[in-house]
Amino acid sequence: MISEQLVDLSRLQFAATAMYHFLFVPLTIGMVWLLVIMESVYVMTGNVIWKDMTRFWGKLFGINFALGVTTGITLEFQFGTNWAYYSHYVGDIFGAPLAIEGLMAFFLESTFIGLFFFGWDRLSRTQHLMVTLLMAVGTNLSALWILIANGWMQNPVGAEFNYQTMRMEMTDFWAVVFNPDAQAKFVHTVSAGYVTGAMFVLSISSWYLLKRRDVEFAKRSFRVAAAFGLASVLSVIVLGDESGYTVGEAQQTKMAALEAMWETKPAPAGLTLVAGINEAAQKNDWEVEIPWVMGLIGTRSISKQIPGIHDIKAKNRGRILRGIVAVNALEALRANREDTVAKKVFEQHKTDLGFGLLLKKYVTDVNQATPEIIDRAVNATVPRVTPMFWAFRIMVGLGFAMLALFALAFWSTVKTACTQKPWLLKWALWMLPAPWLACELGWFVAEYGRQPWTIYGVLPTHMSVSTLSVNSLYGSLAGFIGFYTVLLIVEMYLMVKFARIGPGSLGTGRYEHEAAHTTPAKA
Amino acid sequence: MLDYPTLKIIWWLLVGVLLVGFAIMDGHDMGVGTLLPFVGKSDVERRVVINTVGPHWDGNQVWFITGGGAIFAAWPLVYATAFSGFYWAMLAVLWALFFRPVGFDYRSKIHNATWRSTWDWGLFIGGAVPPLIFGVAFGNLLQGVPFQFDAYLVSTYSGSFWQLLNPFALLAGVVSSAMITMHGGAYLAHRTEGVIQARAVKGAVGAALVMVLAFVAAGGWLQSIEGYRISSAIDPAALSDPMAKTVVREAGAWMANYSRQPLLWLLPALGVLGALSAAGLLLARRTLTAFVASALALLGVIGTAGASMFPFIMPSSSMPAASLTVWDSVSSHLTLGIMFWATLIFMPLIVLYTGWAYRVMRGKVTAAYIQENEHGAY
Repeated sequence: MISEQLVDLSRLQFAATAMYHFLFVPLTIGMVWLLVIMESVYVMTGNVIWKDMTRFWGKLFGINFALGVTTGITLEFQFGTNWAYYSHYVGDIFGAPLAIEGLMAFFLESTFIGLFFFGWDRLSRTQHLMVTLLMAVGTNLSALWILIANGWMQNPVGAEFNYQTMRMEMTDFWAVVFNPDAQAKFVHTVSAGYVTGAMFVLSISSWYLLKRRDVEFAKRSFRVAAAFGLASVLSVIVLGDESGYTVGEAQQTKMAALEAMWETKPAPAGLTLVAGINEAAQKNDWEVEIPWVMGLIGTRSISKQIPGIHDIKAKNRGRILRGIVAVNALEALRANREDTVAKKVFEQHKTDLGFGLLLKKYVTDVNQATPEIIDRAVNATVPRVTPMFWAFRIMVGLGFAMLALFALAFWSTVKTACTQKPWLLKWALWMLPAPWLACELGWFVAEYGRQPWTIYGVLPTHMSVSTLSVNSLYGSLAGFIGFYTVLLIVEMYLMVKFARIGPGSLGTGRYEHEAAHTTPAKA
Repeated sequence: MLDYPTLKIIWWLLVGVLLVGFAIMDGHDMGVGTLLPFVGKSDVERRVVINTVGPHWDGNQVWFITGGGAIFAAWPLVYATAFSGFYWAMLAVLWALFFRPVGFDYRSKIHNATWRSTWDWGLFIGGAVPPLIFGVAFGNLLQGVPFQFDAYLVSTYSGSFWQLLNPFALLAGVVSSAMITMHGGAYLAHRTEGVIQARAVKGAVGAALVMVLAFVAAGGWLQSIEGYRISSAIDPAALSDPMAKTVVREAGAWMANYSRQPLLWLLPALGVLGALSAAGLLLARRTLTAFVASALALLGVIGTAGASMFPFIMPSSSMPAASLTVWDSVSSHLTLGIMFWATLIFMPLIVLYTGWAYRVMRGKVTAAYIQENEHGAY
């Protein structure tokens, strides 16, 4: 049996490397469109300040992008190194969007980013704008395919288990691509990236304005960021709700957990604002509720019910019991492929196979599962409520705080008075970490909320790992933490340094603080 | 839709194309990284060297990423078994690659000799370590790797990291390192002039000779190494199940494909002649033709390894029946078909716009270029 320690360390390593990667991804996704907007204005007006804006923000974009690429390499290969059984079991489906991402999107993005930085003097203005645009398209297509892969983990459509190959196999490619879960996730995630890009430009521009430096440059940047940010944050909030209501049991389980909904409430359910969660007694000691709202958001109707945690668990108990039958039939079939009785039983029960496999965390032979073990497995089908509940609320709270900021920032730029409101500029500066915090919490809700599964209802997390030694995991985890800490320090140092120098770092002679960066290179 | 056996063969070829593409494209900038500390003596010289690949390394690295993704999609069991089995070797590759994006982008952003020299050595590690490890990995594949499956097809690797560093595998590592260094040197000779070009030529010619010697020696050694042969009947249309066959180990089994199909001897010949021509052409300063010859040598060497092992991809030394082959470690018919069409559509586009990017940036990178682009260049 696979040791729990190995599973926990593998999860920790994946969570750490994936969340670290996502410090850089949203900024790339968002800033690339700001670069397209700025450069478009340059091409249309010929005003060189817009070219300088594209180049300066592009420089910061590049510092961030380098670490996005570095940390992305880990993720493309970590499924193989640390999640070997997962890779075998679902590679037939999951590998395809990953490979298509490389072919369709990442090549495009990475080839044109080179020309974005080095092609200014070799391309016409329009050609260079096309290069920037293709880079942006590549970046966003990249997100699309990755989220199609991730969406399939939440809602595994278009695939079926094959006992002969002992894995899931694709039956409908377009069902995987147009998985409603994946589409909602894509829109929500890239919009969150756009907000991150906008916040970055807004905050740093605010700092220049507070210091009264490079005012013309900063004012224009502030305006673009405020408008783009307002549109994006609205999209995140409106379309974030979209990922709440999409179908599928994974989402229902997540919703019940993040709303701390222990009981199925009569429709339309109320929205719990805050609650005192009692995990041991499986109830809320107290709660503040707004009637109707949850039902409307969750089901888009006033009559459909949203299942509570107790009902979800009761249903899962039945699936685990049927799953035991499926596991037994599968093992008989693996021993003898021609066993027609086992085949018939398996075909009838195979949709519950994953639930039977949940017991493998506790016993090698699922028939040895005592009622007490089955109880434990049933309870584990819903993630812990407290972290889900609060992570979700902080994310949403940050979303609304950013909405207020971007709305005010946009209003102030329409009134052309953004430089006259130091309190707004300070607020914008202090809000800089908000989108990152919200993005990480969002991923936490999505991924922790799917536990105990890697593929909801299909493959339990504890079966997905590579059969490595615990010591290997300690070693690699220490290595990743060491590398990533040093890289983060270096990246932050450069980012802060160049943000402080400002557009003067371009060496055009048109901006302040030129001297800080014009020491000639030693021959 | 193409039938399953044909798609299995096509995917063996396509993974080969991706590997060779990776070696030619990412290989030349890894070779440049390997040569960087030796052909560039001053800061400006090093910046010249780095900027020959500056606009392209990122796109080239995607060959590696896409290669990984394609193996995941087409050969999931290979992706799972190889990368988890070669855990520490794989991590060493990934960690070495960490130095490249940051090395390229951050190096020249600070005017400090220690800072820059640290990143130069980082770029050296990022360029030199991955080809060495890939070579060592191929050397181990040719000998078989100790892994087995249980009834659920959970793979367990029973060897250690140090076991990978055996003499034959290290020789394969030398072949791979030398060939990538030769390739990087040929590219560098084409994109630079004067003293840097002269040093690059010297490095590339030396590497070409080392590669030829090591490659021929490995070929001789291969005769006495126990290869693998499927001893049961093969049904190419069967569903993918690596445990359904029997396999025997026998000396000289890796030469069987060559006696069956003597035309395959063209591959090792291409490896040797390509490298020797590249060396000759470089001495004559025919740099572009030399680069093409070097690319052909890469095709010859990688093709030789593939042709020797076909239909094996990853033989198991501890449970030969569990060996992964082209027939029984692949994705479903549907997935192979979809991925075939995706590759057919996008691969030509990639070649087209990559070609355009190189065309835009063509010409020699010089010290004058670096001075004019003090703030823009790497």
